[in-house]
Amino acid sequence: MKKYLLAISVLAFAFSCSNDSQNSNADQNESGDTYQPENKTTDHPELNDEAENKRGIGKFTHVDLPATLDVPLATAGKTVFELKCYSCHKLTDERLVGPGWKGVTTRRAPEWIMNFATNTDEMLNKDAAAQAMLETCLIRMPNQNLNDDDARKVLEFMRQNDGVK
Amino acid sequence: MKTSIKYLLVITTVIAMAFLLKSCKTKNAAQAISGDAAQEVYVAPGKYDEFYNFVSGGFNGQMGVYGLPSGRLLRIIPVFTQSAESGYGFNENTSPMLNTSHGFVPWDDLHHTELSQTNGEIDGRWVFGNGNNTPRIARINLATFRTDEIIEIPNSAGNHSSPFITENTEYVIAGTRFSIPMGKERDVPINTYKKNFHGTVSFISVDQTNGRMKIAFQLLLPGVNFDLSHAGKGPSHGWFFFSCYNTEQANTLLEVNASQKDKDFIMAVNWKKAEEYLKAGKGRVEKVQYAHNVYSDETHMATSTIENEVTVLDPTGLEGIVYFIPCPKSPHGCDVDPTGEYIVGSGKLAAVIPVFSFTKMMDAIAKKDFIGNYDSIPVLKYESVLYGEVKKPGLGPLHTEFDGKGNAYTSFFVSSEIVKWNIKDLTVLDRAPTYYSIGHLCIPGGDSRKPNPKYVIAYNKITKDRYLPTGPELAQSAQLYDISGDKMRLILDFPTVGEPHYAQAVAADVISKNSVKFFKIEENKNPFVAKGEKEARVERKGNRIDVYATAIRSHFVPDNIEGVRLGDEVYFHVTNLEQDWDVPHGFAIKGANTAEILIMPGETQTLKFVPDQVGIVPFYCTDFCSALHQEMQGYMRVSPAGSTLPISFSTGQQAPPLNP
Repeated sequence: MKKYLLAISVLAFAFSCSNDSQNSNADQNESGDTYQPENKTTDHPELNDEAENKRGIGKFTHVDLPATLDVPLATAGKTVFELKCYSCHKLTDERLVGPGWKGVTTRRAPEWIMNFATNTDEMLNKDAAAQAMLETCLIRMPNQNLNDDDARKVLEFMRQNDGVK
Repeated sequence: MKTSIKYLLVITTVIAMAFLLKSCKTKNAAQAISGDAAQEVYVAPGKYDEFYNFVSGGFNGQMGVYGLPSGRLLRIIPVFTQSAESGYGFNENTSPMLNTSHGFVPWDDLHHTELSQTNGEIDGRWVFGNGNNTPRIARINLATFRTDEIIEIPNSAGNHSSPFITENTEYVIAGTRFSIPMGKERDVPINTYKKNFHGTVSFISVDQTNGRMKIAFQLLLPGVNFDLSHAGKGPSHGWFFFSCYNTEQANTLLEVNASQKDKDFIMAVNWKKAEEYLKAGKGRVEKVQYAHNVYSDETHMATSTIENEVTVLDPTGLEGIVYFIPCPKSPHGCDVDPTGEYIVGSGKLAAVIPVFSFTKMMDAIAKKDFIGNYDSIPVLKYESVLYGEVKKPGLGPLHTEFDGKGNAYTSFFVSSEIVKWNIKDLTVLDRAPTYYSIGHLCIPGGDSRKPNPKYVIAYNKITKDRYLPTGPELAQSAQLYDISGDKMRLILDFPTVGEPHYAQAVAADVISKNSVKFFKIEENKNPFVAKGEKEARVERKGNRIDVYATAIRSHFVPDNIEGVRLGDEVYFHVTNLEQDWDVPHGFAIKGANTAEILIMPGETQTLKFVPDQVGIVPFYCTDFCSALHQEMQGYMRVSPAGSTLPISFSTGQQAPPLNP
């Protein structure tokens, strides 16, 4: 259940570039898959109230997260981050090209993060939340060809960055 | 009597009118197109062409890649000529590719393309090209569509009968057009040609695992001109055939003086026999100098090595390697049919097309059916080797390709036509006019054991009125004919660049499935790579500045550089951090005396820049990469010589450290 909650909370903030990102959603529904942030589904107090339980589009439908941090995995994730992600994402909440990563794991489902990292183009083309982000950032997140392991490592590094011990 | 004369007159007039009509017709292309041609060549938006067509660029030194049947230009691959577009031959990574024993030679004349084969079928691994002027052979990697290797050919001049291959790509061939003096005595009077000049053909072995080329041996041959060549296949595998002209051994006004004899030669080389002699130590190692240049997709850099030796086999006294077959009037094309039995010579000035039989040649050799020697090489009796002649095929036969259904297609320069004829009975089946003066022609797989005979493409030497005029210089005219039926049908004109000579085509899926989409950044072994922005930096060593830069949509790190001085040499090593298909970044800096560079995803490329003025020098990304591409830029500050300003660099800092 905890995982589920985490999942729910990840969505709204993680790749949010700025506060007004929600306002631009109205006219972006080319895919028909409308993103409606006001349609809150959360019934868990620890989730951010902007969040939705969305897993995104891709092969990851369920990601098991350990209760505590897998430190070697997170360290490996840092290496991938520095090579493939760091150019555009800061570890604070400051937006660079893409949004800062602070709090991303409480804003987006782990499945959504893994799907976005590994199935970038389809997510940008079809996933409402990803599209909403694109509207604000205006740079398509590059498909950095992370394999599944890399994506999982990066997710663990994100958790570390968000204070999971 | 009178009536019969009248009758004759009428007939003559009718014939004359028919000719007139015919000549009108060949001058008016529009009439040659049938109604549904557009549908046949139309490739709808988003759809792929059915064939790749690799077209030599001739004097532009490049190779053009076209899609068929649309005729769309897909790519120009820089090979022997610098390309400012990508930085090929300008940047640090690729300049060594154009190194030769004469130093840096940034141009050549690429005449022929040849796709690699396995078991006589095109396998999609590599395409070879020849540098005609400063003799070189290039190997292009068809996973990356880039020139991976260039090897210079020593003891050669005018590398024309190249780069044809054996049926398993065991060897790629390079033959001299110009014979020249070799060895120590090179400073000789030109009119001592007969005594002092020699030709060579080189057998370059190809490593089947990585394509790496090595000159296995050279044959030392009489001083004549070697023109074109093709390998035997099937039963004739192990043999190679070359057309030769100027057996008169003229050294001036060849236009007249090399056209004196009734017959020149097709040279037959038994390369398996040559291998035996080589093994038996009959080769002679000669001191020569030639460059061997190799590009690596791991380091993203080329290295040039000067080689010092070549093994020469002199067929004088080594029986069974080389024979001459008389062939009418300055043969040009030398083509072997898909069965490997028939060798077609095309005498440029001949009124027939002679077809030789491999079986008869072997018999004649066994019976020593020679008419004499030419410079100690046995000359076979024409009639003993001849299968038959195609009579009155047209004027100026040049090249022949095959459809694998028993037919040959020969180009005729003087009469501007393609003539389809049957190999077995030597009869002409069809003629199609070309616009104008066709040189080479190409059927997909048309020189292999397995042609894919949907089309024949004409590469014409004269363009004249085919396209909108563009001043005195016109695009070249290629023409596509459907050959799926009995009759050839012209269905498309498409312009080509440079001056195409030979071209080859292959079904698209043989190649497209192997196409590289990006280079894995983890595997980048360039010594100047920056694997991530954390590794981006600027270092000074004396007057050499190394900028380890990264590029990603849409910024460089660093994008503010200070502390460079006049007198410094700045090396921009730009690593593209992207890992997606079709996201190159470009890098250009104001006042660079070289070119831009294009950096593919995961790759590192280096541009050398020598600042010549004090001031702020902007640089930017030239390849439209994102909505904020126009923001992808940076500044380098150049201070006077002797400035003590230390090197500093940053990206994203509005206030760099204050200067002293």
